Amino acid sequence: MTDTDAVPCPVGDLATDYDMFDAGYVQDPVPAWAELRGTCPIAHTERNGGSWLPTRYEDVQAMARMVPELSSLSPLVVDLPEEIANDPATGIFSGYNSGAPISADPPVQNWTRRILLPHFTPKAIEPLRDYTERLCRDLIDGFVHDGGCDASVDYAEQIPPRLIARKLGIDESRVDQFSEWVRDAGELGQQDPELRVRSRKTIRAFFDAEVADRRSNPADDLISALLESEVDGQPITDEMVVGMCHLQLVAGIETTRSSIGSALWHFAGHEDDRRRMVDADDELWGTAIEELLRFYSPVTMGRNAAEDVEYGGVTFRKGDKVLMNFPGANHDPEVFENPDEVILDRRRNRHIAFGAGIHRCAGSNLARMEMEVALRTWFERIPEFTLANPDAVTWSGGQIRGPRILPVEFD
Amino acid sequence: MRIKVDAEKCEGHSRCYSLAPELVDVDDLGNAFELNDGEVPAGLEDKARLIVDNCPEFAITIEE
Repeated sequence: MTDTDAVPCPVGDLATDYDMFDAGYVQDPVPAWAELRGTCPIAHTERNGGSWLPTRYEDVQAMARMVPELSSLSPLVVDLPEEIANDPATGIFSGYNSGAPISADPPVQNWTRRILLPHFTPKAIEPLRDYTERLCRDLIDGFVHDGGCDASVDYAEQIPPRLIARKLGIDESRVDQFSEWVRDAGELGQQDPELRVRSRKTIRAFFDAEVADRRSNPADDLISALLESEVDGQPITDEMVVGMCHLQLVAGIETTRSSIGSALWHFAGHEDDRRRMVDADDELWGTAIEELLRFYSPVTMGRNAAEDVEYGGVTFRKGDKVLMNFPGANHDPEVFENPDEVILDRRRNRHIAFGAGIHRCAGSNLARMEMEVALRTWFERIPEFTLANPDAVTWSGGQIRGPRILPVEFD
Repeated sequence: MRIKVDAEKCEGHSRCYSLAPELVDVDDLGNAFELNDGEVPAGLEDKARLIVDNCPEFAITIEE
């Protein structure tokens, strides 16, 4: 029934052999989702460790709520090899929890989420807006007279790690390392387990030291605030805070960078939409941000069946990887009118780019603020810009999809 | 027109708050609640429909 060849080959039958790292799929997965929705809405592959891929909105919404049947202990789309996953130093299934609440099930998920969320409400994020505006203006000052830039590397990539560093109370000089670590742990590491484990160890060692420092020298930052949290009257462990810091990095950098980059890619190539945003009011910006999040949703999460469980005519066997295909769900024509068109003033838009249910992205309001400020500041300074070389654009795929090389030109 | 936020369904996305802070507020976890007992001021009916149609948890309803 399934292709178990270890050697990558062109994707034949999508229903039994989709490949999330296929170059064509990474570049434009929309046609594959459309085909699967019509032929096999819950597809399966043996590639990349094996996984199930739902493509209908209704199914992804339902699966996101299948707790505890679908476990989040390993939310990666490609699991770590077992010996690494069980390694107390870096693993997921023992000792060190690498990022609750994202990698936790209830009851740990419940209390870790309650501790984290108050730091990421719209009101908690608003004080970072001035800093973000200054940061974006400074970045643009650096290339605005050059006639062009790499909108992904010189702009989108520079913004989220600085916000995360500021939130955690980490010196800004570390942000280039942050970006390298998360690239190794994520984009590159998902197909290179050794690189992935090395990077996880680096991140852990870094935050072990930072958390120990805040225990002795509390400051006005997220690490110190988390350390002051209590769970049922007991102080939270340092190890758990280290995991929550790890989460800030792996979930807060490449994700938002991808959304900012995808939006700039869109506007560089779509003149009508670009011109429309030059004079956009708050209301249009509001719907446009949500529409870009829908259309270019960067994040796919993973679950594992905690037991044999049936859904929609298929049986997930215990341990099976099930992909929370939020990007695919957001293109379902049953829910979104003309789903494969960007409609900047789309009003009916229950997109799930940030997931749904109890694992809804904790940082969604930070991401939304960063995206809005990054795009509005760009349009104020660079209202007219186009792709400098469409063939040079590259995309990352798998867990987080977005442009990585994005040369644009402007006057 | 009145809106109602189902606290059991809300997961704190705060999209309603970002689109219509005139109609809803959010608590310490980002979970939404209605302002003004859910009464929608005249002229804001479209905004009320907008937040209903943008809630990924299907947590907001309109009572005419």
